[in-house]
Amino acid sequence: MEMPAPNPSVLSRRAQIAARLREVLPADAVIDDPVETRAYECDALTAYRCPPLAVVLPASTQEVAAVLRLCNREGVPVVPRGAGTSLAGGSMPTQDSVVLGVARMNAVLETDYDNRTIRVQAGRTNLSLSDAVAEGGFFYAPDPSSQLACAIAGNIAMNAGGAHCLKYGVTTNNLLGATVVLMDGTVTEIGGAHLDAPGLDLLGVICGSEGQLGVVTEAVLRILPAPEGARPVLMAFDSSEVAGACVADIIRAGVLPVAIEFMDGPCIRACEDFAHAGYPDCAALLIVEVEGSEAEIDMQLGLIKQVARGHSPQEVRESASPEESAAIWKGRKSAFGAMGRLGDYICLDGTIPVSALPQVLGRIGALSQEYGLRVANVFHAGDGNMHPLILFDANTPGELERAEALGAEILRACVAAGGCLTGEHGVGVEKRDLMVDQFSAADMEAQMRVKDVFDPRWLLNPAKVFPLAQSQARRAAG
Amino acid sequence: MSAAVLTPADEGELAEAIRDARGGLRILGGGTRGAGAPGPALSVAGIAGVTLHEPGALTLVARAGTPLADVEAALVEEGQRLPFEPMDHRALLGTEGAPTIGGVVAANVSGPRRIQAGACRDSLIGVRFVDGTGAAISNGGRVMKNVTGYDLVKLMAGSRGTLGVLTELSFKVLPAPETEATLILEGLSDAQAVAALSAALGTPFEVSGAAHGAGRTVLRIEGFTDSVAYRAGRLRTALARFGDATAEDDPERSRAIWRAIRDVTDFADRPGDVWRVSVKPTDGPAIAARAGAEETLFDWGGGLVWLLVPAGTDLRARLGDFAGHATLVRADAATHAELGTFHPEPAPLAAIAAGLRAKFDPRGVLNPGLMG
Repeated sequence: MEMPAPNPSVLSRRAQIAARLREVLPADAVIDDPVETRAYECDALTAYRCPPLAVVLPASTQEVAAVLRLCNREGVPVVPRGAGTSLAGGSMPTQDSVVLGVARMNAVLETDYDNRTIRVQAGRTNLSLSDAVAEGGFFYAPDPSSQLACAIAGNIAMNAGGAHCLKYGVTTNNLLGATVVLMDGTVTEIGGAHLDAPGLDLLGVICGSEGQLGVVTEAVLRILPAPEGARPVLMAFDSSEVAGACVADIIRAGVLPVAIEFMDGPCIRACEDFAHAGYPDCAALLIVEVEGSEAEIDMQLGLIKQVARGHSPQEVRESASPEESAAIWKGRKSAFGAMGRLGDYICLDGTIPVSALPQVLGRIGALSQEYGLRVANVFHAGDGNMHPLILFDANTPGELERAEALGAEILRACVAAGGCLTGEHGVGVEKRDLMVDQFSAADMEAQMRVKDVFDPRWLLNPAKVFPLAQSQARRAAG
Repeated sequence: MSAAVLTPADEGELAEAIRDARGGLRILGGGTRGAGAPGPALSVAGIAGVTLHEPGALTLVARAGTPLADVEAALVEEGQRLPFEPMDHRALLGTEGAPTIGGVVAANVSGPRRIQAGACRDSLIGVRFVDGTGAAISNGGRVMKNVTGYDLVKLMAGSRGTLGVLTELSFKVLPAPETEATLILEGLSDAQAVAALSAALGTPFEVSGAAHGAGRTVLRIEGFTDSVAYRAGRLRTALARFGDATAEDDPERSRAIWRAIRDVTDFADRPGDVWRVSVKPTDGPAIAARAGAEETLFDWGGGLVWLLVPAGTDLRARLGDFAGHATLVRADAATHAELGTFHPEPAPLAAIAAGLRAKFDPRGVLNPGLMG
């Protein structure tokens, strides 16, 4: 992974910069001991590591502002970090950067059931939001699979999704307001508990900007009343094509399931060996979940089963109890663990139009043969967000590189089918160089202009998102 | 519309027209929403047509000049709809013409269903536009989960032609429900009404409209027939402390109720200025009290307050400081000029917005002055 050469002027001032940081933060909020900064050398993209110059752990918006003002003045790059669960290297440091972690800012500031909002500090974890409002009968909808650990700050930076997006949308659809600190230390409030902000939709462009436009310290998020109930049906098919066609027909039938999950043969078998969920041995499997009262669920599942019958499923298994529901979800939820047992893997995140599912799955199969690496598919089929898992052995020299090359080919196939490189994980450093496959020079120029306005010196998470060659002039001018 | 309307037939001609501009252009869709700066008009009406509709993927792509009616007709044929229920401004503003899908997006126009299905910007998944330098730019795409690069899709929605002229738009659409019903409570005060709306929106019964005006408090349920009957019943029970709700379960009559709320038709034939105030729903009644308007309509569970006031009233002065914003929707040109159409933004945000306009439209030719 190519990263820009560290700025020698910053490296030579290491001790001085740490001392200045200690002037604006409590002593225990600045870490510059090389042994301790190692803990921040990578995120969940663990193949790439680089210890930062220093790590700061501010406890308030004012402390964040003080750090940014200082780093802006000193010309020091800043890498914001939520919980460090990025799969794309979104919070991977460079040697000359200060990592700004928001973990100490994790309070729930206000829960407002009448207005259906919650205001939190951005270091708060995703799942703990739902826990905080469960007593009132509410939940927070976006549910990335790392939701136990991941922070709202990172969710906003990456515009995180999850399994239930088909019905409830992703982070940007559930974010109403934020306190954002700009690189020069200016503290701004955008939006609030009202449903739309005046002027340009700045919150909309900050969400998903991978920490390159500002540091979000507080957020106002929409909470939703929990449904009366939910129940899945599992359906087995003898080919991925048929399962894909069934997904499109379910959607056309006018039902809006809360989740449609897809697993292919290799994935099903791995999960079965690992979790023993009792899945049928088949080429493709769908888990479709609907919500409502018992009668509403019966009606919707009836309609879904009727659509599925048109595709001659090998088996249809409707849950009749909470235990059976748990069994249906058990294999799916253990997919990543099951894959981990088979060896190392790269998890891709391309999205495609649902109609292109059979074609792209065929292409992935062919590429897998060509590269001699196994690929298992598990994904959110309702919204076309694929998660092909490429299995490889990190101890075999050259295999990681081959797996990455295969991943790049698969993502190019997603783009060629009318889709995109990443549906919910973000570009980070991982997919930076593939941006040219999805965007023209003018498209990327338009995005980089936005950063020019928010962060004219390109100091916030500068080596991410854009191919280094494209951002070079701007980073150098900073 | 004057004779001097530039009407490019495609994106290439549009780019040329923008490059050739020697002064400010007034960007037009259907011209029904009364927006636009002075100057020669540039209309996208010639760049029209639905280019893709994939019902099984809940996706529709249309060129910006496509009449909204054409988009809706294509969707109806497949039992689908735009989730965000865009308002038709013609009656309220006394304008004529055909609203375009580009105009809907440029103004981020969203109706009563915004509380459940999101705003226009939430259904918008891709844009093409030509910026002020004449460069054609694409962002987002036709898939509903996409975090590749910055989300300029959101930035363009509601930017009213000041950052670029939209040429093509992609949407996530939704299945249209089998039926709908409206619960009606009578005689509640504003405060009681918003409390009832909050209570309803806190239930799991998927309320898709929550409004109050002219002494009536109304709640909409949409879905499959049995489901609507069940949820309306449960909701009535849940709201018993606010009175005995009657149910309008004829879908045509229910639709008429929500069309009138969406388009604020009660204000249409009455003189005076119309303001639109966006606040936290429970702040709605206090805002209405401070405004002392001739007529008030609460939508979005109380969070969107429509106010009819005597012509020339400085509503923002009456409201003082509050968390939210007030937009002047209907007034004469002098009042718009004097009071400003949009709520003043905090200085740092105004500076960013100005910076973005300068980057995307360095010569200041796209609706100059419209948003600041």
